[in-house]
Amino acid sequence: MKTQLRFLVPAIAFTALVGFFVVGLRQDPSEIHSPLLGKPAPEFSLESLGNSGWKVGSADFAGRPWLLNVWATWCVGCREEHEALIAIAREQRVPIMGLNWRDDRALALRWLAQLGNPYVSVAYDPEGRTAIDWGVYGAPETFLIGADGVVLKKHIGPLTREIWERDFLPLLPPSGGEG
Amino acid sequence: MRFVALAFSILLGSLAHAVDSGQAFEDPAQQERYERLIRDLRCLVCQNESIADSNATLAADLRREVRELIVAGRSDEEIRTFMTERYGDFVLYRPPLKPRTWLLWSAPVLLLLGGLGVVGMVIARRARAARADPAALEEEPESR
Repeated sequence: MKTQLRFLVPAIAFTALVGFFVVGLRQDPSEIHSPLLGKPAPEFSLESLGNSGWKVGSADFAGRPWLLNVWATWCVGCREEHEALIAIAREQRVPIMGLNWRDDRALALRWLAQLGNPYVSVAYDPEGRTAIDWGVYGAPETFLIGADGVVLKKHIGPLTREIWERDFLPLLPPSGGEG
Repeated sequence: MRFVALAFSILLGSLAHAVDSGQAFEDPAQQERYERLIRDLRCLVCQNESIADSNATLAADLRREVRELIVAGRSDEEIRTFMTERYGDFVLYRPPLKPRTWLLWSAPVLLLLGGLGVVGMVIARRARAARADPAALEEEPESR
């Protein structure tokens, strides 16, 4: 009995440790859980990228779900997800607002002209203040905001068709039939 | 020898070179608070650096926020809350004590107690063995 315990205790401790490692190593340390989930989306009102006299902001889509996509021309992952974004925009399930983060206006406009524009509107945030309010730490980041203004989902990194269908679509109300 | 001293002074000089290009506060107490706060906040992009050490744009933006919040008269606690509301506890180098972090904070004490327990058991067993059969211990080279 004594000898059994002598081997059993380290064995259990070892298994527990391995368990922690298995869980810990499977998580991506660069993906930080956002405290924003389930909370009202931070409000903002910024200059429109295309028209500095025009204000765009979180109130624009009040009462219906919308996507906020944080992007910049210096961001490689944004280039990567751009086609997926355009395809999602074409489906017209949710309007996509862009948050142009710490970027140059002329470069950003050229990017949209060359690669296509998936956004209903783009907020221009050259100082990164709104980005901080949204807890942004690396572009691209994509938020889904529900009709009640609550943040439902945050995706860090390039969006793909698979991620869109798996993580975002189930959170949206069924489409209005115009399909 | 002189060369080593020179090399050290160059090395230290480069370490002392601040990443932060912002202006110093006029009030030394505010400057001290600012420096302490940015050392305790993690840069989210380069996760093993504080925002005091990091050159990342986000770190510079977060330093600007801390600076402005101090100027606006916010307390240290309010500034930490500002950060955790946006980035979560991960942004703090010293995570707060709460149910989720109990294991984290108690681990060193638990491990120490566990180690002491094992040591105590071994000592007790040896003492018992020595009392029961003093000759048995003599086989071990290190015993008296």
